[in-house]
Amino acid sequence: MFERNQLSHKAAWAAAVAAVAGLAAVVPAKAEDSVKVGLILPMTGGQASTGKQIENAIKLYMQQKGDTVAGKKIEIILKDDGAVPDKTKTAAQELIVNDKVNFIAGFGVTPAALAAAPLATQAKIPEVVMAAGTSIITERSPYIVRTSFTLAQSSTIIADWAVKNGIKKVATLTSDYAPGNDALNFFKQNFTAGGGEVVEEVKTPLANPDFAPFLQRMKDAKPDAIFVFVPAGQGGNFMKQYAERGLDKAGIKVIGPGDVTDDDLLNNMGDAVLGTVTAHLYSAAHPSQMNKDFVAAYKKAFGTRPGFMAVSGYDGIHLIYEALKKTNGDTDGTKLVEAMKGQKWESPRGPISIDPETRDIVQNIYIRKVEKVDGELYNVEFATFEAVKDLGKTKK
Amino acid sequence: MTSILTNLFDGVAYGMLLFVLACGLAVTLGLMNFVNLAHGAFAMAGGYVCMVLVNRMGWPFFAALPLAFVSSAAIGIVLERTLYRHLYARSHLDQVLFTIGLTFMSVAAVDYIQGSSRVFINLPAALQGQFDVFGVGIGRYRLMIIVICGLLTIGLQMVLAKTRFGSRLRAAVDDPRAASGLGINVPQVFAFTFAFGCGLAGLGGALSAEILGLDPYFPLKFMIYFLIVVTVGGSSSITGPFLASLLLGIGDVAGKYYVPKMGPFVIYTMMIVILIWRPNGLFGRTATR
Repeated sequence: MFERNQLSHKAAWAAAVAAVAGLAAVVPAKAEDSVKVGLILPMTGGQASTGKQIENAIKLYMQQKGDTVAGKKIEIILKDDGAVPDKTKTAAQELIVNDKVNFIAGFGVTPAALAAAPLATQAKIPEVVMAAGTSIITERSPYIVRTSFTLAQSSTIIADWAVKNGIKKVATLTSDYAPGNDALNFFKQNFTAGGGEVVEEVKTPLANPDFAPFLQRMKDAKPDAIFVFVPAGQGGNFMKQYAERGLDKAGIKVIGPGDVTDDDLLNNMGDAVLGTVTAHLYSAAHPSQMNKDFVAAYKKAFGTRPGFMAVSGYDGIHLIYEALKKTNGDTDGTKLVEAMKGQKWESPRGPISIDPETRDIVQNIYIRKVEKVDGELYNVEFATFEAVKDLGKTKK
Repeated sequence: MTSILTNLFDGVAYGMLLFVLACGLAVTLGLMNFVNLAHGAFAMAGGYVCMVLVNRMGWPFFAALPLAFVSSAAIGIVLERTLYRHLYARSHLDQVLFTIGLTFMSVAAVDYIQGSSRVFINLPAALQGQFDVFGVGIGRYRLMIIVICGLLTIGLQMVLAKTRFGSRLRAAVDDPRAASGLGINVPQVFAFTFAFGCGLAGLGGALSAEILGLDPYFPLKFMIYFLIVVTVGGSSSITGPFLASLLLGIGDVAGKYYVPKMGPFVIYTMMIVILIWRPNGLFGRTATR
C-alpha cells in the first residue's frame, strides 16, 4: 500500500547504511563494534504521527548525546509497519534474522507490540516498547521493557481525582479496542470504589465517522462529567462536536487520560477544549528546566511541539544507551534486560524508573487542565501523583 | 420526545451530507456505467482546498465552498479528458483497478503534501454551537448542511428533468449511438457530467471535514459508505440515492443513540435487508443492460 514514505525512509536508511558500510571498508572494523537497534513504527497510516514523533525524538537524542556508547556505534534501522500487526511481525523477523539487530523497539499500537513479543523471547533480545499502552504487554515476554505508559496509570488517577473533586455521576465514551477497554475498566474500578456512579457507558467503533448520536446520548444522561478515551487523532473531532452540541454549556466536563488532549494536536482543537481536565504522564508545559530545553530543541529541529509519544521515544533510546553503559557494551540480550531493570533517571516528563519486577515504567502522573499560555493551548499541570506503578499488575 | 426530534435532525443532516458526497458516484456509475472508486479522492481534494483557503489564506468559509466545488470539478475534467475516457469501453475490472490505484496515489500525495494528521477548517462563529427550538437542539452547522444540500438536490432534479442538458444526458445514457446520431456531443456531455459529479464530491468533502474528519485516508475510509448509498438507492436516478442517504443517515444516528452497542452495525444491517428485499436497490431499474 502506501509505499512512498516507506520507500523514502528505506532509501534514507539505505543511504546511511551504505555510508557506514563504506566507512567500514576503509577502516576494517569488527562487527561487534556496532549495536543495531531495529525500530518498528507506524510511519504511514492513521497512527503515523506516533511514528514520526518517536523517530524525531530518537534522532534528537542521538544528535545531543552522540551515536557512540560504551565504545559501540549505535545504528538505527527503521521499518514501517503501518500499525498492522502482521507487518510488525514480518519486520521484526527481518530485523532479527537478516540484520541481526540487538534490540527491537518502537511499536505504535498494542497489537503490534504483542505480535513481536514471541520473537523477542525466541531471539532473546530486548523489546523496548515506546508507545503501546495496554497493561498486559510486558507480561507477554520477559524481554519486554516499556518506556511509555499504561492506560491503567492515568485512568485510575483521574478516577481518584474525580471522586475527590465532587464529580459523582460520569458517562463514559471509549473507543472499542484493547486500550479503550483498559481505560474504561480501570477508571470504573477506582471511580465506583470511591463512591462515584457511571450512568452511561458507550463504546464507539474505532473507525467512527460521527460522534453526534453518542454525544447526544451523553447529554441526555446529564452526568457531571464525561470520561473519554479515543485514540490520538480523534480527540479533535470529539472536542469540536462536544462544544457544538453545547455539552460545555450544560456544565458537563470532559475528563480522561491525556490522549484526548495530546500536545501534538491540542493547539488546533479550538477554545472548546479549554478547561478539560486530564491525567497524563507528560505535558509540553511541564515546568522543569530539562523539559524546557527538550521542547526548545525539539521545536528547533522539527518545527512542532513534542507530545507524550516523543518523550516516550526519547526515554526509550536513553534506556538503551544506559543499558549498554551498564553492560559495558555487552550485547547479550538477557544481560541487557537485567541492566534495564531498576534504571532510574530524570526525563523531560519528570523522574521515572523501570520497575525491576514488571519491567514496566514507574512515573509521576500529573493532573492537568487545558489553558491558554501565550496564545497557545497547553495542558497545564496542577497536581502530581508521584511514582505511579502500573495498577493493572499490582492489583493482581 | 425532544431527543427523538434532535436525533431526526442529526440524521437528516448526516444523510444529506452522504448524499452530496455520493451522488456524483451515482451519476458516474448509474448514468455513465463507469465504476469510479476514486470518487472519495475528489471529495478529499475539495476538503483540502477549502482548508488551505480558509486556514492558511484567510478566506471566508462561504467563499471557499464554491472554490472547493470548482477545483474538484477542474481536477475531474482534466482527469476525465486525459485518463478516464480511455476506460469507458473497458471492462469493470479494469475500471476498478485503475480507480483504486488512483485512490492510493491520491492518499499518498496528500499525505506527502499535507501530512497524515487530521485537519479542521476554521468555521465562522455564526456556524458554531446549537440553538433550541421548543427544546429541540438544532446544530447551526448541521442546519446549514441541510439547507445547502436540500437546495442542491432540488436544483439537480430540475436540471435533469427539465432542461435541455438534462434530456441530452438522459438520451446519451439510454443509447449513446442513437444520441450521437441525433447530433448530441456524447463525450462532451459525459465529460461535463463527470466534472459536475466531482465538483459535488469536492463540496461534500469541504462540508464533511467538520463532521466526519478530514485526513489523507478519507477516500478509503468512506468509500464503503458511498458504495452503500449507491447500492441501496439504486443508480438509475438521483431520487434513489437521495432517499437511501436519508434512510441510512437517520438509521445510523438512531441506531447509535438508542442501541449504542449495536450502533455501528445498523447501517450494514439495513443495507443487507434492503438488498435482500430489492436486489437492485430501492429504485433500481431491473437489468436494462
